[in-house]
Amino acid sequence: MMKIDFSGLEQNASLRGNPNELLSGLSTAPEFQIPNTNDFDGFQKESIQMVKPAKGTTTLAFIFKEGVMVAADSRASMGGYISSQSVKKIIEINPHMLGTMAGGAADCQFWHRNLGIKCRLHELANKRRISVTGASKLLANILYSYRGMGLSVGTMIAGWDEKGPGLYYVDSEGGRLKGTRFSVGSGSPYAYGVLDSGYHYDMSVEEAAELARRAIYHATFRDGASGGVVSVYHVGPNGWKKLSGDDVGELHYTYYPVEPTTIEQEMAEVSVS
Amino acid sequence: MPIQQANWSPYDNNGGTCVAIAGADYCVVAADTRMSTGYNILTRDYSKIIQLAEKSVMASSGFQADVRALQKVLEARHLAYQHQHNKQMSCPAMAQLLSNTLYYKRFFPYYSFNVLGGLDSEGKGCVFTYDAVGSYERVGYSSQGSGSTLIMPFLDNQLKSPSPLLLPAKDAVTPLSESEAVDLVKTCFASATERDIYTGDKLEILVLNAKGVLREYMELRKD
Repeated sequence: MMKIDFSGLEQNASLRGNPNELLSGLSTAPEFQIPNTNDFDGFQKESIQMVKPAKGTTTLAFIFKEGVMVAADSRASMGGYISSQSVKKIIEINPHMLGTMAGGAADCQFWHRNLGIKCRLHELANKRRISVTGASKLLANILYSYRGMGLSVGTMIAGWDEKGPGLYYVDSEGGRLKGTRFSVGSGSPYAYGVLDSGYHYDMSVEEAAELARRAIYHATFRDGASGGVVSVYHVGPNGWKKLSGDDVGELHYTYYPVEPTTIEQEMAEVSVS
Repeated sequence: MPIQQANWSPYDNNGGTCVAIAGADYCVVAADTRMSTGYNILTRDYSKIIQLAEKSVMASSGFQADVRALQKVLEARHLAYQHQHNKQMSCPAMAQLLSNTLYYKRFFPYYSFNVLGGLDSEGKGCVFTYDAVGSYERVGYSSQGSGSTLIMPFLDNQLKSPSPLLLPAKDAVTPLSESEAVDLVKTCFASATERDIYTGDKLEILVLNAKGVLREYMELRKD
């Protein structure tokens, strides 16, 4: 029977030796309980149906002359129901690194927070900030060890380290890709269309932000599972900064303003007889 | 002999609805008291709300056995926190503790749909909404449970607060007064009771403010 690798959750052993039972759950990370069933995959499929993680999303990130631009929508859907219009899909791992969320919301939130903890421990142990390569590898290794167990994570790790701007795509199948342009989620085809046709390496920060915003907007226009607020972040040599957060409903009218038309026929009051 | 599959599920859904609304200096948390299984009502008088800390109240719908287990874990963790730190846990801290507690059962989830309400360290109302495996978000109002799809659009219409993701930021708490918010909650449940078979019997409302916690009940349709 394959042994599951929980090293991602281990913490350093307590200095006090054997802590008492009540507090033992506090100093060491609690272990993942596994259901006592023969059909683990079937059980996971059923419980995923119950949880129905949010898959509908549009996120994108690209590298350009001035750093990394990261943008995302904010809609979370459970089947056809919109469970939230204000989900934070750009997660601030540390002041120099961002992660994007696509797939299971809880999976992305938990593992990004866990990655932030690991990055901080790396800084304390090595007296220098972790590279984007290193951070993305940490996350990819953890996700690979849970491969097949039903985690759903499609994330991009964006940051600026000693080698300059860095961008990696990491997913729960265990994939990890280095690249300059990525878009993840159900709205990604639409975002790629706008992003790829408007991209130049030599853009200014404002131009890049506008491209990112437009790409996400158009994805929310055509993809029912994307919507809410477009958030745009820029990662520069001094860390990340949130540039804008715009409601897509309002953004529509800045791209497609309503032309005032001449009124041909005034509406008349209907007399009640 | 053909392969036989087990038909037993560890989960059941006991129904029910929870709502929470955050105000400028108060928080309202409410839930109905009906507990059902299938088409049967098990009891008309079951509380889904628990006060975890001085300024944190949690309401949960779903499978009440898992809800009770989750409540006990959080109560124990809060007690240990008080022993270690000599103070009560703040609401945002309890919110993250709940998220982590739910995620540690990621592969055998608590079938519990939670809403956490309370006052943050500035005394402002805060509401956190969760899914079954721990993803959470601070919001101005939320509802979970069988009647949530009926109540949420109504709350969106009455209370739609600006998204916290907007830049420049706008405040997320409702401009309503405490009594207006309580009336709104009563209206929500009266309507949800009409169209959701799992919601009804009695409504339990908790109001948290600087003075403490107040509890109120309202009768709902029992059919």
